[in-house]
Amino acid sequence: MKIITCIKQVPASSNVGVDKETGVLIRDGNNVKMNPYDLFNLEAAFTLKESSQEALVHAISMGPPQALEVLKEALYMGADEATLISDIKFAGADVLATSYTLSELIKQLGKYDVIVCGKQTTDGDTAQVGPEIAEFLKIPHVPYVKEIIKVEKDKLTLRSGYDDYEEIVAVKLPCLITIEKETNTPRLPSFRRRLLKEDYQIAIKSLQDLNDKNPKNYGLLGSPTQVEEIFPPEKSSAGEIIKGKKEEVVESLINILKERRYL
Amino acid sequence: MSYIKVNNDKVTPEIAEKLIKLCPFNAFEYHNGYLSINSLCKVCKICVNKGPKDVCEFVEEKKETIDKSAYRGILVYLEHHQNEIHPVSFELINKAKELAAITKEPVYALLIGSEVKSLAEETLAYGVDEVFVYDDVDFKEFNVEIYTNISEDFFKNFKNNIILFGGTPLGRSFAPRVAARLKTGLTADCTKLEIKNNGDLVQIRPAFGGNIMARIITPNNRPQLATVRYQTFALPEKEKPRGKITFLKTDTIKRETNIELLKKIISPKVEEITAAEVIVAVGRGFKTEKDLELINPLVKELNAFVGCTRPLVEKGWFDVKKQIGMSGRTVRPKLIINIGISGAVQYLEGMKEADLIISLNDDPNSKIFEISDYSFVGDLYTLLPELTKKIKEIRQV
Repeated sequence: MKIITCIKQVPASSNVGVDKETGVLIRDGNNVKMNPYDLFNLEAAFTLKESSQEALVHAISMGPPQALEVLKEALYMGADEATLISDIKFAGADVLATSYTLSELIKQLGKYDVIVCGKQTTDGDTAQVGPEIAEFLKIPHVPYVKEIIKVEKDKLTLRSGYDDYEEIVAVKLPCLITIEKETNTPRLPSFRRRLLKEDYQIAIKSLQDLNDKNPKNYGLLGSPTQVEEIFPPEKSSAGEIIKGKKEEVVESLINILKERRYL
Repeated sequence: MSYIKVNNDKVTPEIAEKLIKLCPFNAFEYHNGYLSINSLCKVCKICVNKGPKDVCEFVEEKKETIDKSAYRGILVYLEHHQNEIHPVSFELINKAKELAAITKEPVYALLIGSEVKSLAEETLAYGVDEVFVYDDVDFKEFNVEIYTNISEDFFKNFKNNIILFGGTPLGRSFAPRVAARLKTGLTADCTKLEIKNNGDLVQIRPAFGGNIMARIITPNNRPQLATVRYQTFALPEKEKPRGKITFLKTDTIKRETNIELLKKIISPKVEEITAAEVIVAVGRGFKTEKDLELINPLVKELNAFVGCTRPLVEKGWFDVKKQIGMSGRTVRPKLIINIGISGAVQYLEGMKEADLIISLNDDPNSKIFEISDYSFVGDLYTLLPELTKKIKEIRQV
């Protein structure tokens, strides 16, 4: 069984502030990390590998060269192969262009059985890239997988969570699944794996390596959505501020609740 | 291609540093006196608009343009379970009517299922112009492959301008599939929707999981797709039905699927925080899990639901179902009391529609105060015991 897992490097902190005078963004540092949801995605990929024979996990990522770091992490955790797709021509890619780029890369990697994605990323929070990749590859997808119940040669049996209900489905291979958070215990990168994979050369692919080389289908040009503007959140009229001695503050809170008949 | 061009002859180390700091996506790289942009660039143009003058330039390649007037109608996908329409669909109809009033286009609803006529009738009472129904025994349960085929069929026939989906787990799995099939844009979890006279939908949502908002448009593709979380918009009032119900042909729809539903397990209905009228919400101001007991007398007195911020779920103090915010539940109670919550945007967006917002925090500059009706400045470890004392006094009177 061949398993492809899609992972992403995201900013380590979401603490983006706005300078009130200039409207300019203030970030605290340029730190990056693996998308936390992808840890569960990788663990699910390894579980699939362990429950079938002659299986192989291939981790892929799209991003700038520094995203090689998350692929290394995946290799040290247990991935067998890794490929980065990186090109300045991908700049400005929205969900559609990103999914299309990843699907074109996956087509280059040969036959596969299961594509595993995290439920979402912490920077975009959209949870859309997985289903869109599946659509571009014309394969079924099953989202929010909480449990891999059964692995067979030509199908998976899965349990998915949808807030108010759960579904148990059987899906034919090849398919794409997205993994719900906290449904397994992700392993840590191991020292032994690190030694084993230290000399592994992660393949770096660019637009030229893809079958569809038309730049119009990638990056900003291939993106139906465009960011028109980014701006600090609006200040709705802030109300009254009450401070002072604890007795006074609490008294005033009690009065407000009384006035509104909550007390 | 369209891109940001850097005029390197104007770049000094200071300018480079300024731009590196300015870019929200870490897309600038400065090596050996040369400033370049990597693929993390989202072409948000902040470097062009807010950066040092004439250093960054937006170079645009014109795309072929579409005739926007050929696409009309705002369509709402009606999500339903156990013969009940999810209220988020009605909330979307409310917003769709508002938008359609500006562009003078019709509001449609799309209903897919088996024996769902009564649901179509119910929907008419919310003021849609037309409910389109694909009613077929094979469509009884939601199937993402078959339902995507149906959506494609509908769009090909009706060329609608916009399709709105509830940002439910089902909607968040279904909408991207439809977007990729129709090769169009999709914006997830919009917190605000506006429309331009030319029919362009302005989709506003928090970006970067951080404290910043983005206005997103789909200027040259149709339909325009967006998902919106439950309780982001208000429910419409019922009115005298004036629209009609149209049953569409189902026999041409491809119904082969690779996904077989073996079992659907309905979770027992728990009282959801989304339905709560009074919420006491807690955040990182509480140092230990045990300290949360400090709110108990207040919660009991107000007969309130307890909600929390994302960090407390991550600490394992609360189930994710209690989490308020974009990545949790959106709530619109009559009253919310925020205690020890500083107010990350993703939290604020999840509760700002509450009728009355009361917040208690020790930092007078906390963001939560900017949207609160009443802001109480003080240490919760001092104020809550005092509050408990007062509540007891009231009870004894």
